[in-house]
Amino acid sequence: MSLIFDHVSYTYSIGSGYETKALSDVSLKIGEREFIGIIGHTGSGKSTLVQHMNGLLKATEGKIYYNGEDIYDKDYDLKDLRTQVGMVFQYPEHQLFETSVFEDVKFGPRNQGLDEQEVTLRAYEALTKVKFPEDRFDQSPFDLSGGQKRRAAIAGVLAMKPAILILDEPTAGLDPKGRDEILGMISDMHNTVGNTIVLVSHSMEDVAEYVDRIIVMDEGSVLYDGTPSEVFSHYKKLEEIGLAAPEVTYLMHELADRGIPVDVNATTIEEACESIAAYYGRTGI
Amino acid sequence: MGIVEAKNLLYEYFKRDDEGKVTGIETAIDHIDLSVEQGQFISILGHNGSGKSTLAKHINALLVPAEGSVTVDGLDTSDTKNHLSVRQIAGMVFQNPDNQIIASVVEEDVAFGPENLGVPTEEIVERVERSLKSVGMWKKRTHSPGRLSGGQKQRVAIAGVMAMEPKCIIFDEPTAMLDPGGRAEVISVAHELNKKKGITVILITHYMEEVVGSDRVFVMDHGKVVMQGTPREIFSQVEELKKYRLGVPQMTLLADELRKKGLPIPAGILTREELLNALCP
Repeated sequence: MSLIFDHVSYTYSIGSGYETKALSDVSLKIGEREFIGIIGHTGSGKSTLVQHMNGLLKATEGKIYYNGEDIYDKDYDLKDLRTQVGMVFQYPEHQLFETSVFEDVKFGPRNQGLDEQEVTLRAYEALTKVKFPEDRFDQSPFDLSGGQKRRAAIAGVLAMKPAILILDEPTAGLDPKGRDEILGMISDMHNTVGNTIVLVSHSMEDVAEYVDRIIVMDEGSVLYDGTPSEVFSHYKKLEEIGLAAPEVTYLMHELADRGIPVDVNATTIEEACESIAAYYGRTGI
Repeated sequence: MGIVEAKNLLYEYFKRDDEGKVTGIETAIDHIDLSVEQGQFISILGHNGSGKSTLAKHINALLVPAEGSVTVDGLDTSDTKNHLSVRQIAGMVFQNPDNQIIASVVEEDVAFGPENLGVPTEEIVERVERSLKSVGMWKKRTHSPGRLSGGQKQRVAIAGVMAMEPKCIIFDEPTAMLDPGGRAEVISVAHELNKKKGITVILITHYMEEVVGSDRVFVMDHGKVVMQGTPREIFSQVEELKKYRLGVPQMTLLADELRKKGLPIPAGILTREELLNALCP
């Protein structure tokens, strides 16, 4: 599986006097089994970028190839692409509509034209993968807690077995435990199923904790593309564009500035704790 | 008397099935007593469904008590005659900006509130400028809100409430959709209004870091206030907070982990500066 952006640009409202370039010459490759975080300030082009990945928006310049095929070719089956590249929008629970959770999750695979037995199986599998409690499958999706609604909505996309799962701020508005549960669930799923995950997030801490690769968007272009340590080493530049590094990264730099030889590439609490304890374990405070 | 006083507040609603028959009664607010002094910066924490937003809606009379009472600046919210005054005194910023923007141009949206209050035109112009500048949206004043991103819309919504210069502003998860820069900006705007203009701030949030600068923190669970105190008092109870599906700020967590590894770090660390000073005395 591969998804390639070849010099993709996107301009809103061409010729209306309100032309806005939302994507500008983006080239990147998304491969098998990746866990990618996309960060950027509001309006930087993150959502526009991911909406190109499954053909919801059509590039005004450049090409996109999925498994080597040009998705803008007139014979290309975009409907199939959208089951291969599944998208979970912001506040996906607003899209729940069926009378029961189970029926809601069946909607996607049923639309793929699968037979009813396969549809049922897919729905069951998907709900199990998101760790949705089995005794609530028949409940109305509107009677669930915020975190459960979101799981049900994610299951609805998972049931189509996408090779790439895009999640646009899946933890927005959830309490801390709910955030950990959803991200932990996504990470477990990534490890067991091996699908590629694209996570759009405003939480630098979450991105540092879970993803292997970070793409930083700014003014519609890719500013950085690398591992969390590489990307967060540019923390000063990130601040200029309305972002930040995880708080631990700042702490490590400040400690280093005071002459304490700790690892400034630490981006998670665990890494920071490890490095600080190793130093002070030898010297004492 | 405080600016906001809730006494023995109870709020219930009916749960209904598909046919509209009542299947049960849910208690969203369960006999709460709460007092907020003028000029305080208050935070309310609690998991999804704990009753935070329901409580907030009582403070500007969007909901009225089923039992008990809420007074805002001495005005009883149960009396409908007080509702307009209460809503002017206590402004509210919601989580989703799409539900609060009404005009087709940014500056007109911000002007809507003061216009409705009958503020003279010259002053409206000043207030709009001040409010938009404080949220970093002055450059976009002639844009259409519909063309802004979610975070930018939220900043416009906040400017709209700020332009009414209320005595108290309730922020109901105002940063849930913002990027780190936007989040820091909104929180610092809230603190600035609180410090410079003495506006009482009631902040509802799921981000523990945003609570650190508050005077007082209330933790809600199942419609009750289960913990209250200063941020330091609250965040020193890590296990208790986990029980209520909450966490602690990143630096508190790191300090806790370091302590578990045997480093002599004092309890009650909240900020990076405090941890830095503990490590490099």
